[in-house]
Amino acid sequence: MRTFAFMAVLLLSLPAHALEVFATVPEWAALASAIGGGKVNVFSATHALQDPHHVDARPSLIARARRADLVAATGAELEVGWLPVVLRESGNPRIQPGQPGHFEAAAHVRMLDVPTRLDRAEGDVHAAGNPHIQTDPRNFLKVGEALARRFAELDPANAAAYRSGFDDFARGWREALGRWEKQAAPLKGLPVVVQHKSWPYLLDWLGMKEVAALEPKPGVEPSAAHLSRLVESTKGARMVLRAACDNPRPAEWFSAKAGGGVPVAVLPFTVGGSEGAKDLFSLFDDTIRRLLEASR
Amino acid sequence: MNYPSLAVLAASGVLASLPASASDSDLKTLREEIAQMRQAYEQRIAAMEKRLAQAEAAPAVPAASGAGEGKASAFNPEIGLVLQGRAKKMKAVAERAVSGYWPAGHAHGDERGFSLEHSELILSASIDPDFRGAARLAVAGDGSVEVEEASVSTLGLGNGLSVRAGRFASEIGYQNAQHAHEWDFADASLMQKVLFGDEGYRQDGLQVKWVAPTDLFLQFGAEIGRGATFPGSNRNQNGVGATALFAKLGGDVGASHAWQAGFSFHHARSRNRETHFEDTNEVEAKGLFTGRSRTAIADFVWKWAPDGNAKERGIKLQTEFFRRTESGTFGCGGPVTSTDTTTCTDGVALGDLRTRQGGGYAQAVWQFMPRWRAGYRHDWLNKGAKSYAATAVFAVLDPGNQYFADYKPRRDSVMLDWSNSEFSRLRLQYARDRAMRGVADNQVTLQYIMSLGAHGAHRF
Repeated sequence: MRTFAFMAVLLLSLPAHALEVFATVPEWAALASAIGGGKVNVFSATHALQDPHHVDARPSLIARARRADLVAATGAELEVGWLPVVLRESGNPRIQPGQPGHFEAAAHVRMLDVPTRLDRAEGDVHAAGNPHIQTDPRNFLKVGEALARRFAELDPANAAAYRSGFDDFARGWREALGRWEKQAAPLKGLPVVVQHKSWPYLLDWLGMKEVAALEPKPGVEPSAAHLSRLVESTKGARMVLRAACDNPRPAEWFSAKAGGGVPVAVLPFTVGGSEGAKDLFSLFDDTIRRLLEASR
Repeated sequence: MNYPSLAVLAASGVLASLPASASDSDLKTLREEIAQMRQAYEQRIAAMEKRLAQAEAAPAVPAASGAGEGKASAFNPEIGLVLQGRAKKMKAVAERAVSGYWPAGHAHGDERGFSLEHSELILSASIDPDFRGAARLAVAGDGSVEVEEASVSTLGLGNGLSVRAGRFASEIGYQNAQHAHEWDFADASLMQKVLFGDEGYRQDGLQVKWVAPTDLFLQFGAEIGRGATFPGSNRNQNGVGATALFAKLGGDVGASHAWQAGFSFHHARSRNRETHFEDTNEVEAKGLFTGRSRTAIADFVWKWAPDGNAKERGIKLQTEFFRRTESGTFGCGGPVTSTDTTTCTDGVALGDLRTRQGGGYAQAVWQFMPRWRAGYRHDWLNKGAKSYAATAVFAVLDPGNQYFADYKPRRDSVMLDWSNSEFSRLRLQYARDRAMRGVADNQVTLQYIMSLGAHGAHRF
């Protein structure tokens, strides 16, 4: 009897296993770590140099999803090519769509570029809107709050820790937001060309203007003829934006053709996208710094 | 808006305009009541206006404007249609076959000139939180419709376990589970052609899969089913006609490499499995095989892309090997044309037959710039070992020595394809096909593959 009681005490006092979080992209992995701290064990399915749309349902991803308690995805069809396969192959009911273990960030923010015409003649359009919501830092507050609530729902024992984890993050983030907005004030109203439609949220936040995209339609690579025409029609644009994972050639070609006046700003796009973008805070520090540099 | 209050207001308005038939005091009370009501109503309108102004000033409500969770598509169910067609230049060969091998299943791709391959209609959706259903209907150029897949799978068993029932493509080997539009070449490998037929092995049955809780991907699967398709035959009986087992192993090496290896085993029984021959009088005749067929397949796939970003450049290496043994009895099923009365009469047993054959293919596909891919594939089949009563079988059924030949079929293919987007692909393929003894065929194929509707999956 005594042995039993001892065993029971031992079992109860063992730390509960950390919440296994399967993030589809580095930004939600970073956010999950910031909120969950040591209570969560975070895995990122992709890294900054991968286009999160063009990923295969690799065996390693299925193996990780098998053990996950929570999938933190962007949603809005960003991962539509591979995540459904990974989820189905995982044999893990906790993370299937509709379950508490399935979290989609796009459900918690205001979507931009919601197409009025759902036709693939418009390229690879997303019915729910542009999925690249992580380029507006304000979205991290909304997503983070929802994610912290989801953590608490899945792991009620640590609910207070998640709440305070988010509060700490949000306090620092609001402070940083003020700083970034002040730094980026000169960028307001600047006309820019984007390579892929990756930046509506960033441009919306900073009040910059997208005058054209190098891709004739989302997901369709630009031809040389198309780029030549763009050089003519986008006179006055101050820079070309491309993500670290984008093909460097179109932007460089365009910049060279347009003369010295339109530099290429290679933005990290997510955590790990540049040397400087080591975490969520430095991601935006670096983004603003690169934008300011290109605007000079 | 609060409709009852409006109604009261309207009613009181009517009352107020009534001629003064009631006493003055009554009228006064009524007027006072109306005045009170009006005041109350105005207060409420003011409160509502204030709330409206607040709502307008506040940022948009996230719940109303956010993207819905878990939506794979705007459609329910997800609907996709794959259109496939081609023009093929090749020799006119009357009975095109792979020498030394049984013709497996029905063969597509033997039409010269312009042709539709097939259009595939794909429907899938979650049935409820625990089940998912999928159907694939293939519409061939001649108008026939085939149910390629109609299956339900579980979503909620847990512990890495999932079960599928219905008709589905078996997950033995690597390429078998892929549909024609997912292939990297315009046609199936010779191995697939001789093992299960162009479209791969599908059966009506049950599949159980389990993923191990390890960092290294480790999956085991078992399938049982009717086994009515080649190399089995429809035996009209209760119980299991064919069994398949498979194990898959996979992982990443750094950020740029990913791999998967698999080993599969398939077993089927057949009774009077028909094969067409030409007998000694050059009349078509039926050979009937009754016995067991065992197939083992090993597959290996390696993918490389700089930093794992396959959008720009990437290489995919893929190879599969097989070994098949069949043992049973062989008989003559009578002539196909009824006019023949000679050698091959119905039901004549031709003795025992044992075969052991093997082969495989290896291919490499290189995406050298966005949208463009080039590939090379080599197919080989060994002559293998066959033991049978040579005089009986050879003389009666196969004087042309087509199926019992000591011949090593070979084929080399190169392809170049261009994808305008994820949803469209044009392909040019050249193949030197020496699958049939005495025929060296230079084949040129121009093909299109287009997908409409729901986004297809990027399987590994």
